[in-house]
Amino acid sequence: MNPVDHARKLRERFGELFSEPIEFRGEISLQLIDSERIADVCTFAKQDLGFNYLVDISSLDNYGDDPRFTVVYHLYGLGHHCYLRIKTSVSEEKCEVPTVTGVWRTANWHEREIYDMMGIRFRGHPDLRRILMWEGYPYFPLRKDFPLAGKSSNVPEVAFTEPAPMAGGPFTTIAGGKDAVAREPRVRIPETDSLELNARVERRQDIKDAHGENFGPGPIEPKK
Amino acid sequence: MAETRDIEFRDTAGRAAAAAEALSPQETEELRDIAGEKMVLNMGPSHPSTHGVLRIVLELDGETITKAMPDVGYLHRGDEKIAENMTYTQFIPYTDRLDYLAPLANNVAYALAVEKLLGIDRQLPPRCQYIRVMCCELARISSHLLGLGSYAMDVGAMTVFLHTFTEREKIYNLCESLTGARFTTTYTRIGGLSRDLPPGWLDQCRKFCDEVLINIDESETLLTRNRIWMDRTQNIGVIPKDVAIDYGLTGPNLRGSGVEYDLRKAQPYLCYPELEFDVPVGSVGDCYDRYLVRMEEMRQSVRILRQCIARIPGGADNRTKEPINVPDGKIVLPPKDKVLTRMEELIHHFINVTQGVNAPPGEVYFAADNPKGELGFYINSKGGGTPHRLKIRAPSFVNLSILPHLLPGHMISDVPAILGSLDFVMGECDR
Repeated sequence: MNPVDHARKLRERFGELFSEPIEFRGEISLQLIDSERIADVCTFAKQDLGFNYLVDISSLDNYGDDPRFTVVYHLYGLGHHCYLRIKTSVSEEKCEVPTVTGVWRTANWHEREIYDMMGIRFRGHPDLRRILMWEGYPYFPLRKDFPLAGKSSNVPEVAFTEPAPMAGGPFTTIAGGKDAVAREPRVRIPETDSLELNARVERRQDIKDAHGENFGPGPIEPKK
Repeated sequence: MAETRDIEFRDTAGRAAAAAEALSPQETEELRDIAGEKMVLNMGPSHPSTHGVLRIVLELDGETITKAMPDVGYLHRGDEKIAENMTYTQFIPYTDRLDYLAPLANNVAYALAVEKLLGIDRQLPPRCQYIRVMCCELARISSHLLGLGSYAMDVGAMTVFLHTFTEREKIYNLCESLTGARFTTTYTRIGGLSRDLPPGWLDQCRKFCDEVLINIDESETLLTRNRIWMDRTQNIGVIPKDVAIDYGLTGPNLRGSGVEYDLRKAQPYLCYPELEFDVPVGSVGDCYDRYLVRMEEMRQSVRILRQCIARIPGGADNRTKEPINVPDGKIVLPPKDKVLTRMEELIHHFINVTQGVNAPPGEVYFAADNPKGELGFYINSKGGGTPHRLKIRAPSFVNLSILPHLLPGHMISDVPAILGSLDFVMGECDR
């Protein structure tokens, strides 16, 4: 059995719910169209396809696109030694997918981390609290509209933060700003910064030019 | 004349009494158990046996743990966010600070992940692969020695710690002559290494291999048949096979539970398929088994090191001028003398430093079997020199998630033994 066979079996079982498998560097990715079915898919993958080990769950923020978030599951079978990646997207308004803690208990902390960092909720999770940031922290720091320097927050008698100092850190700057401060990624506030948005639009265009129309999500418009 | 004033003390008892008075009768009813049989003990984040800044809130009934709530994140630095704002090469120093007891192994794992994205992970020159394997195995020995030393010290055997630290000092000396730094090595580059082996390094390494084996044997005579050690670790913290897999444990913790899963064998990378070594597994899955597995892994690492020393292409002084970097100026920085004299190399150097390697759009997951377990990097690229998202699958984070399941039912004095046997590092867990 190889990952292609597993992907085929998943598509046989769930039919139109999956898009065509994509192969890149020998890894198979499947996109699940309806994120509500992720727990069913994972149960099937574990029980019938032998994916007994959940390696990791991670999340992507496709800021400016709809649906905004993608949750990425990495599955592995200790019996057949195959990896499989299942991705599913969820919109910013909904921001909720069913939990897979009932399938693998290791999902518990992974899902808490995604909730903490990206703000995606997992329905049915037994203990959905922040894990790396403290309880009461108001932001989701891995979202693309959260600035690199951080935002100030203050929870009296628990913790406080201030934006990071401007010294150190070899960050890549965006060309086009009139001075070094405007190009510095830590001072940019992604939602309002036209320089950043224009750079993103330009980068999209570059990718399109290099890889054709069909690659990646659609264009984004600079916000007014 | 100096001004004097009274120090204001917080009246803790007074505040507690006021809080209790403010409670409604119903709330008092709910809180009855706190004043009754169960006691809540806050262990950490500054506690010698939590190996860094792990905090565990333990609910105790007498000396028996009834509930354990680990609290992580005290060392969170936002590495994943930082990675999105710098080039792939610039992130290498940050990987030193993940599992800071095995920085060389992190460097290798990260470089391989980016190389997989670039599609050059199978084209690395053999000499580079051998040096990287030696780095990984030295890191494994160093990490296990520290894990063993502190584990034994937490359980009460002070001498082992002194023994293992003698050997770790030698590894740090090897690191220093290899990379220029003892701790934050930043040795690998995307597509190769920052420098070749210094003269005489292989001989020092060979000498170290002989010495560390003697030291491991000595440590073993102090522990393996030691009555106290056995009583403190045998049948303590038992993780059955299926539970270990369900919680996603990896590395020695998974193998201690009897699952023969080692990425060096299952998903071979570098030149591991050419090398002979065994993967030790436990049978019971208790703290003692995890200790035995680590002991044997160190011996196997020495075995791998010796094979590498004997077989490395180019030998100790690389007389045959074996390359250590991939021959692609768009990925690896060109040699300095050419940068300063030739146009093409100068352009490559400039682009590489300012924009980074031009990665294709796509996504890869690469994991290496590090001392603590499976260290994986999931890179999502939209093209260009910076990742769109870099997720670090940290073994310590996943290994710790078993604590709420594992600790209840044990005595409070078993906690240091269990934590020591799980061998985690908070720098990696909190990222």
